[in-house]
Amino acid sequence: MTGFQTLFYKELLRFWKVAMQTVAAPVLTAVLYLLIFGHVLRGHVQVYPGVAYTSFLVPGLVMMSVLQNAFANSSSSLIQSKITGNLVFVLLPPLSPWEIFSAYVLAAVVRGIVVGAGVFAVTAWFAHIDFVAPWWIAVFALLGAAILATMGLIAGIWAEKFDQLAAFQNFLIMPATFLSGVFYSVHSLPPFWQTVSHCNPFFYMIDGFRYGFFGQSDVDPVKSCAVVAVFLLLLMACGTRLLKSGYKLRH
Amino acid sequence: MAAAIQIHRIEKSYRSLRALKGVSLTIEEGEFFALLGPNGAGKTTLISIIAGLNRADAGSVAIHGHDVVADYRRARKLLGVVPQELVFDPFFTVRETLRIQSGYFGLKRNDAWIDEIMHNLDLTDKADANMRALSGGMKRRVLVAQALVHKPPVIVLDEPTAGVDVELRQTLWKFVSRLNREGHTVVLTTHYLEEAQALCNRVAMLKAGEIVALDRTASLIRRISGSQLVVRLASGALPEELTPLVSHPDELLPGNRQYTLRINEYVEVEPILATLRLAGAQIEDMQLQQADLEDVFIQIMEGGK
Repeated sequence: MTGFQTLFYKELLRFWKVAMQTVAAPVLTAVLYLLIFGHVLRGHVQVYPGVAYTSFLVPGLVMMSVLQNAFANSSSSLIQSKITGNLVFVLLPPLSPWEIFSAYVLAAVVRGIVVGAGVFAVTAWFAHIDFVAPWWIAVFALLGAAILATMGLIAGIWAEKFDQLAAFQNFLIMPATFLSGVFYSVHSLPPFWQTVSHCNPFFYMIDGFRYGFFGQSDVDPVKSCAVVAVFLLLLMACGTRLLKSGYKLRH
Repeated sequence: MAAAIQIHRIEKSYRSLRALKGVSLTIEEGEFFALLGPNGAGKTTLISIIAGLNRADAGSVAIHGHDVVADYRRARKLLGVVPQELVFDPFFTVRETLRIQSGYFGLKRNDAWIDEIMHNLDLTDKADANMRALSGGMKRRVLVAQALVHKPPVIVLDEPTAGVDVELRQTLWKFVSRLNREGHTVVLTTHYLEEAQALCNRVAMLKAGEIVALDRTASLIRRISGSQLVVRLASGALPEELTPLVSHPDELLPGNRQYTLRINEYVEVEPILATLRLAGAQIEDMQLQQADLEDVFIQIMEGGK
């Protein structure tokens, strides 16, 4: 247990020591999104009846920040350790694959939640926000962060150079996030793209998360939660399997 | 009692290259053991397999009877490894690095031992310095400290003195020798053969993935090399019948006047001198030397024996 606690603590300390880059900067980015898109589209777009566009945007931006930062934490920590060689300090001790997995993923979840809370604390000043179902907010934030943290771990294990990790992030994570309904409701899309969106697990995370605020969503939150939970379980199985096999870590 | 390290028929290939060809080796508890060989011989691959950083294609390794794959938790607790590469985590200070490494091994309150290691490796003044701010030698000391932080009974040092100054070597060997006297098993790889000769009671030599020599250090030197007669000629050339005795082939190049001749017994000196006299060679200087580990190494790696 101490091994897991130490690795978890080390991962927290790692991002906290550079909090300006890992926490403050993403909060500022999200605020800029809100100010610019909110200002440009306010009055032009009505997503849910009775909900201002700026208010609609806040949960999406919070969730996007949670997801992107959870991914960034586990993936960057692993790839940096692999490339600089200091991953050996984690591979030499008697840490089990589960301990390594849990420590990296939980630390990334913490960073995602901290950044998400920061984004919410700042953006909430610019919009009226309700909390219709706070439990759903917590459930989807945690599940979403865990999914991206696990994807970050898998990408960090798989990538051999920063370029490969950037490709994973830019060609998979970013499109999946932006096309999940952060800035719009999928109901506003043509039928084909609505169907495509329903194949994107990120859509269910953001839709369920938004339900917690407005009590309105494109999909029933129970269904979204089931999809997200199954997706997380599949990724967990994949991540722990990679760690157990030593893929690209223990040659 | 189980051996400190039991290596049984380890095979490892990288595509078409067979890095280790069925290596078997037993290192007993309390030994100070040298694993020698040229670059690419398979030393680091073998150490990586012992440490669980690398998976063998076949064979097994056990630390004090615990298999490094099946029972990796116990095996790794018993093992401290100083990696060859100078790696560090730039986010932390020296003390944080050692506390974190200690925690990975399940030790929460370990400050007394951490302080003792830092004292013995002259790191106390740098305890609160960030790893990035340390010189190469200091970083190497931290690597050693990290390997010792859980007081492992078996310590593996993979070229710990590569590129470091004399002061660190002396500090390191003083501390590691103390640990060995206290019962820790030490396995060392190094290209500084005088270090291995001075410190290690037993030696294994690896060549192209195979163990080509394994013996007590003194026995190996006696058995393989015997003694050497070093002669420097004022005039004349080395007679052809003496050339098979030359230890270093470079000495047969034109223009050389100093020759190191291998002899098994001192009684062989007189016939050599007689041969030189008959060939008309004049001796300018002459020394009788006991061979060292470097001579043994060269002979074995050149395929002499």
